[in-house]
Amino acid sequence: MKISKIFKRFSADKWGPLLALAILFVISAFASPYFLKTRNLLNILRQVSYTGIIGLGMTFVIITGGIDLSVGSMTALVGGISILVLNALGGGAWAIFVAIVVAIAVGAAFGAANGLIITKGKVAPFIVTLGTMAIFRSLTLYISGAGEFRSQSDLFPQLGMGYFLGIPIPVWIFIGLAVLFWLILNHTKYGRYMCAIGSNERVAKYAAIKIDKIRFFAYVIIGITVAVTAVLLSSRLNSISSSNAGQNYELDAIAAVIIGGTSMSGGSGSIIGTVIGAIILGIVNNMLNMLGVSPYLQGTVKGLVIIGAVLIQRKNNK
Amino acid sequence: MAEPILQIKGISKEFSKVRVLNNIRVDIERGEIFGIIGENGAGKSTLIKIISGIYVPTEGELYFEDKKITDFNPQTARELGINLIPQEFNLINELNVFENIFLGKEYQKSILLDKKKMIKKAEDLLSMLQKEIKPTDKIQDLSVAKKQMIEIAKALAYESKLLIMDEPTTVLTGSEIELLFKLMNRLKKKGVTIIYISHKLKEVREICDRVMVLRDGEQIEIEDTQNIDEHKMATSMVGRELSQVFPEKNQPSQETVLKVENLSVRGLLDDISFDLKKGEILGFAGLVGAGRTELAETLIGIRKKESGKIFIHGKEVHIKNPTDAVKHNLAYLSEDRQGTGIITSFDMTGNITLNSLRDYCKVLINHKKERETTKKYVESFNIKAASLKTKLEFFSGGNQQKVSLAKSLDTQPEIFIVDEPTRGIDVNAKREIYHFLKQLASNGIACIFISSELEEILGMCTRVVVMREGHITGILDEDEMTEKEIMLYATGLKGVA
Repeated sequence: MKISKIFKRFSADKWGPLLALAILFVISAFASPYFLKTRNLLNILRQVSYTGIIGLGMTFVIITGGIDLSVGSMTALVGGISILVLNALGGGAWAIFVAIVVAIAVGAAFGAANGLIITKGKVAPFIVTLGTMAIFRSLTLYISGAGEFRSQSDLFPQLGMGYFLGIPIPVWIFIGLAVLFWLILNHTKYGRYMCAIGSNERVAKYAAIKIDKIRFFAYVIIGITVAVTAVLLSSRLNSISSSNAGQNYELDAIAAVIIGGTSMSGGSGSIIGTVIGAIILGIVNNMLNMLGVSPYLQGTVKGLVIIGAVLIQRKNNK
Repeated sequence: MAEPILQIKGISKEFSKVRVLNNIRVDIERGEIFGIIGENGAGKSTLIKIISGIYVPTEGELYFEDKKITDFNPQTARELGINLIPQEFNLINELNVFENIFLGKEYQKSILLDKKKMIKKAEDLLSMLQKEIKPTDKIQDLSVAKKQMIEIAKALAYESKLLIMDEPTTVLTGSEIELLFKLMNRLKKKGVTIIYISHKLKEVREICDRVMVLRDGEQIEIEDTQNIDEHKMATSMVGRELSQVFPEKNQPSQETVLKVENLSVRGLLDDISFDLKKGEILGFAGLVGAGRTELAETLIGIRKKESGKIFIHGKEVHIKNPTDAVKHNLAYLSEDRQGTGIITSFDMTGNITLNSLRDYCKVLINHKKERETTKKYVESFNIKAASLKTKLEFFSGGNQQKVSLAKSLDTQPEIFIVDEPTRGIDVNAKREIYHFLKQLASNGIACIFISSELEEILGMCTRVVVMREGHITGILDEDEMTEKEIMLYATGLKGVA
C-alpha cells in the first residue's frame, strides 16, 4: 500500500488523538528514565486493558446515542459471581472454563436487562444505568457480606498474570477485541445501523432499521465486555473486593471513548480512537505515579485531560 | 436611485478548493424586494448564508449600511438587523410555538420569564399571518405549512432591516401565499428590504422588484422583473432552452398491484379505497393536511391502521412496520428530506444503501459493491458532488433529493410512493426527476405520486385521487382532470366529504 493512501485513511478526526498520544509519549520519555523500560510499557498496556475493553463496548453504546454508567459495579458483581462458580467447581481448568462462560452469560444478561428497560420501557439510558449501577454494587456487597470474593484456585491467576509471546494476556485480549469491534463498526451492517440511529433516529426508522434491536444489542455487547474485564481482573487479583473492584471504571471507559474523538451526541465514533484514548489515560496515570504526584491529585489531572480533549476537538470541528 | 442597504463587492466562496460562488457584485436598495433564482447548486444558499453570517467569504467584501462587515457570525448579522428565514426548519420540536418564536430573545419580568407578554406578542405576529395557530401549540403537532409560518413569525419578532426568505412558499397553499405576499408588501412599505429566493418563477415575477440569476456560482444577470418573463428567467438559469418539462405519459397495464379497501386511521384517515395498476403513476392531490402523507405512512407501516385491508397482487398483506413494507417491495420517498429522508452526516454511499444494506453483506459489508452502486446512481441521476466521500450536509437540496430517491429505489421496489418529490428543487432537477419516475413506470413500477403542485399532477398522471380532510372526495380519470376540477374536489365543493 502506498504511504499516501495510509495517510489518507487516517482522516482528521483520527489524527488528533494519535498526535496527542505521540506528544505525551515523547514528554514522558524525557520526564522519566523508567518510562521507556519494556516492563513499564507492558504494565501500562495491561493497566489500560481492563477499562479499555469496556471502552470498546462503551463506544458502541455512545454511538447509538446512549450511555452506560453501570459498568463499574457490573464488573464487581460479575467478577464476584465468576469466583463463586470457580470455587464451587473446585478451581481446576474445567471450573475456570465454566466460570468464564457463566461470567459472559451473566454479563450479557445484565446488559440485556439494561437494554430492555431502555428500549421497551423507554427510559433514558442515563437513568436506567444509574439505577442498575446502584443495584449491582449493592448486590455485590450483600452477597459477599461487604467483604471479598476470594478464589481458591491456583490455576486461575495464570490467566490475568500470564504472558503470551512476552505480552500480557489481557493485552492480547484487548487487541483482539479491538480488531473485532473495529470490524463490526466499520464493516458490518450492525455498525452502519448504530451510526444511523445515533445520527438521525427518524431516518433510521423510515429506513426499516429495527432501532430497538440495534440499541438492545449495544447494551448486551457492553455487558459482555464487562464480563471479559471482570474475569481478567478477578484472575489477576485472584479475588474481587466488593467495595472497590471496578470503581470508577465507567468514568475511565467513557473518558477513553471521548478522548478518542467519539461524539457524545452519537452518530459516529472510532474504535482506534478509543484504544488510543485508553492508552493516553494509562500513560497519564503512570507518569503521575512515577513523578510522585499525590494520588489524590490524579483525578484532577484526568479530569483536565478529558475536558481539554473535548475542547480541542470542538475547535477543530469549527 | 435609492440608497443601497447592502453592497456585495466581489464575493466568492470556496469549499475545500471547489469554487461555489464567484465574484458576486450587486447593490441591494433599501426597501426593495430582490429575487435570487438559479438551479440547485447555483450558489443561492451559499450567498445568503454569507449575508446572514453563517459562512465567511473566501474573497470579497460586504457593506451593510455603508459599514464593512468584518465579523461573520449569525449574532452580528442579527444585531445589524439581518434575519434569515431558512428553507429547512430550525424549530425545536419539544417546545411550543411562542417559546420557539422568542427563543434567545425572551421577555422577562425581573428574573422570571414574562410568558403572558410573549404569548400576547406571538398572537399578534401570528394574526398577521392569519393562521389558526395557537401560541401554546407544540411544534411537533403542527403541519409543515404551519411550521413555515412559525419560521416567518420568528424572523418578524426581530426588528429586521433586511429579511432573507429562502423558498418560503414551497409548502404553502395559494391563499397562504397570498397572505405572505401581502405581508411582504406591508414590510416593504415600512422600509424593510427583502431578499427572496424561490424556484417558483411566477411568484418571483409577481412579488420582486429585481431579480438576479445565478448559474454555477456565477452571476448571470440582474433585471427588473418588468423586463423579464418566466420563460426568459428559466432559460437564463439553465443556460439553454429548456426541453419539455414533462415526459410523455405511459398507458398503465390493467394488472392491479395494490388495492386498498376501507382503510381508516382514527382522526386522520376515513374509509380510503383505491387501486393502483402496474406501471401507473397515480396522482394524489389535495390541500396541505388532506391526509396524503398520513396515508403513505400508514401504507408503509409507520402508522397503525385501525381498520381496512391492503392487498398486493390480490393477496392481503399485513404491514406493521417499515421492515414489512420492504419485504412487500414497497418504498417511500419522504416529503421531509432532512427529517426522515437522509442522514446529513453520512456520505452518499451510507445513505443510498441504508435501506438495502442487507443486499451488500454476507458477514462483512462489500464496500466495493456499495461504491459501484453509488457511482451508478451518480451517473444515472446526474448527482453533483465534490467527491464520493462528501457528507450530504454539503449537498444542494436537489442533489440531496436525488440521493434520497436513489436510497428508496435501491431496495428494488415494485410499489413506490413519492411524497412531494420536487419540493424545493429547481426546474432542471424537477425535469430530471419527472423523467426518472416515468422511466420507473415504464419498467412496470407502480407509483403513488403525492404532490401539492397541480401542474405536475396533470403533467405526470393518468389518474388522480383527490383527498380532503382524510377522505377521498374523488378519483378522476385523465379526461376529467383539470386544475379547476381537482380544486373543486380538494376544497370540498364537489364530491362527498
